[in-house]
Amino acid sequence: MSYKVTTDSGYAIVHLSGDIDLSCSPEARKLILERLAAGKHTLVDLSGVTYIDSSGIASLVEGYQTARKKNLQFGLIAVSEAAMSVLELARLDKVFPIHASVADRVK
Amino acid sequence: MNAPSPAIEVENLVAGYGNRRILHDVTLRVGSGEIMIIMGGSGSGKSTLLRNLLGLDRPSSGTIRLLGRDTGRLNAAERLELQRNIGVSFQGGALLSSLTVGENVALPLREHARLADETIGVMVRVKLEVVNLGGFEHMMPAQLSGGMVKRAALARALAMDPKLLFFDEPSAGLDPVVSSELDDLILKLRDALGMTVVVVTHELESAFKIADRITVLDHGKVLISGTVDDVRNADSERVQDLLHRRSRPVHLSADDYMRRLAGE
Repeated sequence: MSYKVTTDSGYAIVHLSGDIDLSCSPEARKLILERLAAGKHTLVDLSGVTYIDSSGIASLVEGYQTARKKNLQFGLIAVSEAAMSVLELARLDKVFPIHASVADRVK
Repeated sequence: MNAPSPAIEVENLVAGYGNRRILHDVTLRVGSGEIMIIMGGSGSGKSTLLRNLLGLDRPSSGTIRLLGRDTGRLNAAERLELQRNIGVSFQGGALLSSLTVGENVALPLREHARLADETIGVMVRVKLEVVNLGGFEHMMPAQLSGGMVKRAALARALAMDPKLLFFDEPSAGLDPVVSSELDDLILKLRDALGMTVVVVTHELESAFKIADRITVLDHGKVLISGTVDDVRNADSERVQDLLHRRSRPVHLSADDYMRRLAGE
């Protein structure tokens, strides 16, 4: 997994790419939860994700849950096909706010 | 670069119990991301093959490579690493009766992974949702129906997001609707996660529905290994007997039969 964090239109954007599995999902989780702890509206860019397992999915669920508790906005953007099929398997494609791009989210 | 190695390679496997040889020279390959059905009548050797693949029994000779690793040559650490990538759903479920459904599913994660408790909790609930057992986290195995036990066992097998999933008799003892749902689930898991799946079954309908390839075992030998169409159109009389549920004639001479009854 590789990552970078950017800011755009008042959102912290966590860009995750590569394989997100048990070995690195704690890091992804930390990245997401840290932005939310800092009170930032947070979007997770999954465009470069080639594989995500359920520990990665769990990190996204925790992010969304934390955001809701803190009244912050949270969403997924540019979800890759590989990540989408796993979200669909867990029926989470209907749960997360999902947008094509940051611009799409802001609009 | 070489092509990616198959998920499973079994070569010239000979195995049995004591002096009794069950598997004779079995050779088998399962490609990565493939759904392979292992079929055969009772006593054909399919359970013995599964036990050997899982490392529960040691073969007399031959080699087994799982995910590119020769299982006969692993040290303890390598074996553990391999096991993390393998999920098994046993026929009877093999859930621990003193733990809740959720604790059963969490067990491999607590054992093998270093994750926050909250993450494990979400993962367990996601797995239970995937197998349609959402909301049953706090129930005890004894409170579940047969189909629910199978699904809970599958959720536990999936806990670590294995690359390789073994599923022993998914349909045994289930009503047709539940068993068809399990078939759909196996297909979805392969498609979404790219998992390699080996299903041991004698349910034809289920085998034809989900298989990429089918291996038919008979008397401990591979009768045929091929696509669904290959197996359907096979010339072999034994394959057709299995497909059409024909009883097989007993070939035993009067002398042999007498000796057997007399216990000679």
